[in-house]
Amino acid sequence: MTGDALLVVDDLHAFYGRAHILHGVSLSVAAGEVVALMGRNGAGKSTTLRAIMGLVEDRRGRITFAGQDISRLSPHRIARLGLGYVPEDRRIFAGLTVLENLEVGRRPPRPDAPAWTVERLFDLFPNLAEMRNRPGGRMSGGEQQMLTIARTLMGNPRLILLDEPSEGLAPRIVEMMADAIATVKREGLAVLLCEQSLPFAGLVADRAVVIALGSVRHTGWMGDLMADEGARQAYLAV
Amino acid sequence: MSFLLAQFLSGLAQASSLFLVASGLSIIFGVTRIVNFAHGSFYMIGAYAACWVALTVDSAAGFWGGIAAGALAAGILGAVMERGLLRRLYRSPELFQLLATFGVVLVVQDAVLALWGPEDLLGPRAPGLTGRVRLWGQPVPLYDLFLMVLGPVVFAGLWLLFHKTRWGVLVRAATEDREMTAALGVNQSHLFTAVLFLGCLLAGLGGALQIPRGSVNLHMDMAMVVEAFVVVVVGGLGSVGGAFLAALLIGQLQAFGILIFPEITLVLVFLVMAVVLVLRPYGLLGRPPVEARGGEAGPVLRPAPPWAGWMAAGGVAALACAPLVAGDYALLVLTETLILVLFAASLHLLMGPGGMVSFGHAAWFGLGAYAAALVFRHLGLGLAVGLPAAPLLAAAGALVAGWFCVRLSGVYLAMLTLAFAQILWSVAFQWTAVTGGDNGILGVWPGGPFAARWAYYELTLALVVAGVVALRRVVFAPFGWTLRAGRDSPLRAEALGIDVRRHQWMAFTAAGAFAGLAGGLDAFAKGSVFPTHLDISTSVDGLVMVLLGGVQTLAGPLVGAVVFHGLETEMLRHVPYWRAVLGGIIIVLVLAFPQGIVGALSHRFGRSRDS
Ligand SMILES: Nc1ncnc2c1ncn2[C@@H]1O[C@H](COP(=O)(O)OP(=O)(O)O)[C@@H](O)[C@H]1O
Ligand SMILES: [Mg+2]
Repeated sequence: MTGDALLVVDDLHAFYGRAHILHGVSLSVAAGEVVALMGRNGAGKSTTLRAIMGLVEDRRGRITFAGQDISRLSPHRIARLGLGYVPEDRRIFAGLTVLENLEVGRRPPRPDAPAWTVERLFDLFPNLAEMRNRPGGRMSGGEQQMLTIARTLMGNPRLILLDEPSEGLAPRIVEMMADAIATVKREGLAVLLCEQSLPFAGLVADRAVVIALGSVRHTGWMGDLMADEGARQAYLAV
Repeated sequence: MSFLLAQFLSGLAQASSLFLVASGLSIIFGVTRIVNFAHGSFYMIGAYAACWVALTVDSAAGFWGGIAAGALAAGILGAVMERGLLRRLYRSPELFQLLATFGVVLVVQDAVLALWGPEDLLGPRAPGLTGRVRLWGQPVPLYDLFLMVLGPVVFAGLWLLFHKTRWGVLVRAATEDREMTAALGVNQSHLFTAVLFLGCLLAGLGGALQIPRGSVNLHMDMAMVVEAFVVVVVGGLGSVGGAFLAALLIGQLQAFGILIFPEITLVLVFLVMAVVLVLRPYGLLGRPPVEARGGEAGPVLRPAPPWAGWMAAGGVAALACAPLVAGDYALLVLTETLILVLFAASLHLLMGPGGMVSFGHAAWFGLGAYAAALVFRHLGLGLAVGLPAAPLLAAAGALVAGWFCVRLSGVYLAMLTLAFAQILWSVAFQWTAVTGGDNGILGVWPGGPFAARWAYYELTLALVVAGVVALRRVVFAPFGWTLRAGRDSPLRAEALGIDVRRHQWMAFTAAGAFAGLAGGLDAFAKGSVFPTHLDISTSVDGLVMVLLGGVQTLAGPLVGAVVFHGLETEMLRHVPYWRAVLGGIIIVLVLAFPQGIVGALSHRFGRSRDS
């Protein structure tokens, strides 16, 4: 699997000040694959994504993306290589309109990734089309979640790091999110998805990586994890 | 009626240049979060460069070319400052950034002095705009009309730039959330350089456009940076629209204030700022700053080990014996140094444990000095009454000001302290009957048993040691712990039932009292008091001392005061361009030790013990 993997994380450590948060996380995502990074609250899912993106200052280990070592690059360089990041708290620019938010994310198209335009993204998230000039600060949580994904897609990434897209959203919106993830996967995009909700991950993911206390505990097919009562109890039950 | 109209129009013209400079300052702060103390210096560079070109090329092309050259020169130097200096400091505490830009202020002052000499320059008038037109019966200078139009034009241009170009949208995004902007692939390093270029270009343009309206001189940097700060703070940091509104307001205040209180328009301006900040703590159009994620606690202050106490005692004993060997001049320098040590230590209480940055700590130093001198001059009483009066009056002043100041935080708090200091400065400067104005109060000598230099030195030593020990006690008493809890996590402290504001208010007052004592000691040491005791450069000296030594150590301010005063007295005597040298040293120190001298030493020491 690592042979043709797009993203390979090998023995990743991360620190906040003196706190050692990640203790050697290893995982990989192949082109076009959706991998769910699962684990309880505080397990280190978000920290893993932030460390891959170069947003955790103190990180060690090897991270390669499309064959290139990105473990020492700054966030904007990592993003320009085609790695998109959707943070869990959305981080919409509140004073910028929907169109302006999208503009910040815009990067030139690349040959090896699906090319997005504002209009295509409005097809993917029709709600956004009706509020092009509304400031991000005056949108509902669900609308903001759509906008933050659309904004990252404007960068025409090959892989997106998607942090808990279903958190705190109404069931109808969660369904839309699952559809959207399925759509971008069909376009050929790879996704590394942080999730706590097993049903949601089960809908969209091919494989699952389970972490607890900053270490990987389990790697396998999503379907096997869904079926494995013991593993679910051990790593995911609240 | 029409006279008032003329005054109104002149206020509008004034507002235009204020807006140009302040909007640049606001834009720079918005994106980089750096308070550019050197902004007035770029204003001055713009004015000098424009004036020089206009005088050298004596024609219309020379004048307008000069304006463009002044603006460009300031912009390019701003970009150079970003690349060479600020870029290395984006992660340093905001105070170090401030200190670094203050180093730039000093360097620019001497550079301008070296290039263009100490004499004021008088630029030409604007070709084609020298006349006046009659508006409603009042003659209005054409050039003022030109400025009045230019302000809104620049405002509109900036609006278009920030809303209709990709670059502007990226700048606004970075203003809101730098990390997210980077994660979307935006290279902020170019963005920041460009923003510094634009901001400083606006400052330079504002300065260049001033040449037909007044002389170009070496004081215009400080005068302008204070005014621009007021405009930016009143308008709301980072808001260009706010800067526009505030510039209109301040411009009118200055125009009409002159009619009502001819000499104290400055007081009026600062009073308005104080009122605005109390009513709207983030300025007219400002938003509360977004808390950086994962708020970090300040490092823990620990009492020094016992051997340090013995060393300190030994040091004090050695100092007490100094009169046996030192001459009068050396004793004077020692006395001054001790006074600065107390001043710096009092400021440290505010900035370190209190977490409150003051740009106006000179207010309490000066108030103490004036208390001593006024008791001496108007009541005819000597040191026995004058010296105790100093901390008392200063504490009373700090009690009043502190009530307002602790309602704010960060740069806003700092600006309000500056406002109080400037108000006191104006009073000292203008209330000539009582304070002697610019001539100060002379002949304030200790007399009696302390008339001899050595005796006064011993008195100073005793009081400064007592003061520093008392300040130490305060920091390590439960009061100090509570204060730091309030600094590091105000919400949690509030939840525990701690009245954070009240503690800050008490700390503010105590810091004022000790600074006042230092001021009183200074009055009798030098025998004179001047408005400079209250002015911004004295406040900045205090900041430099504390920051040189390191905010998060108790010994820091002491070392900082000694190093600073040593550098200053030595350089004043031996080095022609001492300001530039001092500025250069500050810049190098900030770059080399972003945690201060003592902070760096104890960090290294602590490291070696860890491993
Ligand atoms: N900025 C931070 N500073 C210090 N500790 C943090 C920070 N962010 C997260 N942590 C800690 O790191 C651990 C992992 O957090 P996180 O990666 O957010 O977990 P998850 O996303 O799996 O819920 C938690 O114990 C959390 O308290
Ligand atoms: Mg998380």
